[in-house]
Amino acid sequence: MTIDKILSGDVLAAARLMRGIDDEVPAALEELQEIYLHTGRANIVGISGAPGAGKSTLLGCLIAAFRRQDKKVGVVAVDPTSPFSGGAILGDRIRMQAGVDQDVFIRSLASRGWKGGLSKATINTIHVMDAMGKDLVFVEAVGSGQGEIDIARVADTAILVLTPGMGDEVQIMKAGILEAADIFVINKAEREGADSLKVSLDVMVDGRSHIRGDWRPPIVLTEAVCDKGTDVVAAEIAHHQDFLKTSGELDKRRADRARLELLWSIENLMQAYLERMEPGYMARLVAELVGRRTNPRAAAREIIARLGVTGDAAY
Amino acid sequence: MTQERKIRVLIAKPGLDGHDRGAKVVAHGFRDAGFEVVYLGLHQSPEQIANAAIQEDVDLVGLSCLSGAHVYLFGEVVKILRERGAGDITVVGGGIIPDEDIVRLKEAGIKAVFLPGTPLDQIIEWTRANIKPHTDKAR
Repeated sequence: MTIDKILSGDVLAAARLMRGIDDEVPAALEELQEIYLHTGRANIVGISGAPGAGKSTLLGCLIAAFRRQDKKVGVVAVDPTSPFSGGAILGDRIRMQAGVDQDVFIRSLASRGWKGGLSKATINTIHVMDAMGKDLVFVEAVGSGQGEIDIARVADTAILVLTPGMGDEVQIMKAGILEAADIFVINKAEREGADSLKVSLDVMVDGRSHIRGDWRPPIVLTEAVCDKGTDVVAAEIAHHQDFLKTSGELDKRRADRARLELLWSIENLMQAYLERMEPGYMARLVAELVGRRTNPRAAAREIIARLGVTGDAAY
Repeated sequence: MTQERKIRVLIAKPGLDGHDRGAKVVAHGFRDAGFEVVYLGLHQSPEQIANAAIQEDVDLVGLSCLSGAHVYLFGEVVKILRERGAGDITVVGGGIIPDEDIVRLKEAGIKAVFLPGTPLDQIIEWTRANIKPHTDKAR
């Protein structure tokens, strides 16, 4: 049974299941249902930041640090799918693998059109690693820098990697990234502007409201390429994990995540349902919309009514 | 929504050879052909390559070697994949490979050898004809 293999840490079985999840093979999605029941143990640490900031390099150092503590580690690294060809170069692994041992499970995923920094299969791929017994699962986002809210919703601890010279204070103030990070890393800190960036960030962080609980995000300077400062980042991850448990914030985030996964699943099933409707049905509705004989909300209600959802027209 | 099934490929250079231009050209060509390519880079041991191929559940492994060590290194990757139960992953190779070694490589389980000068289109067409995402045989 696949589930037994996954629970015992079988890499081949887990890797094949992850592929089935990525490719939406019905049997894999069925197996996932039982896998989910065995998740919730691993700490999920997300890493986002602009392309070239040094996420993968930093991650390589962090993996090594936690491996020295004998932790079981998994990594899900997402790279963008080309909107032109549909293909992708998955090049995070190459940057993080120096000094990383064979027991670290690294899985590269292509975004496959998913916006928000991750991919549709990411959270379920993390679940498989969790069920395998990993203590920590790192998730590295695509690297668009600003739109990566997915990481904050999927991870227990969200790390944002910045570098000096990437714009001024106004750039930093843009919504989303500042509010979502639990740990800030200023990588390539040997470069000019590192100290002033830290000062700007300090001011921003102090000025914002406590959106992510009562935790003041630390700002760590690193030079990941030569493993400087990365042990401090590892220590801060551990501190944050402690904070999450003692403050009750972990329960809250887990509940938020479960709710999100539920909504995503509803969306997926709706998509599948729409595809299975009799041919021509959607085309008819679309034609009526284009001809302005109906409106999108009414058309959506008609579809929902077919599901047998009755009652008040409050929706 | 039925997810379109992509071919997943691992491209790596085993051994000490440091000339990666060819491997990168193929990697980019594969991306432009719509495949998902895990580019593993230089100085990989056969164990590291096999391990990555299994973790990434690729359909195809492409190995590049210009230093002459291809018979040992390529054969070793196939051997380890088979030992670990992943013998269904196809392995192909390219680089500086004398004609007389092609037979030896095929006997060792290398499905195809692409010599210098092979048009990229040819490699891509071969892949499309011979490699399917293994999820196409979905249970």
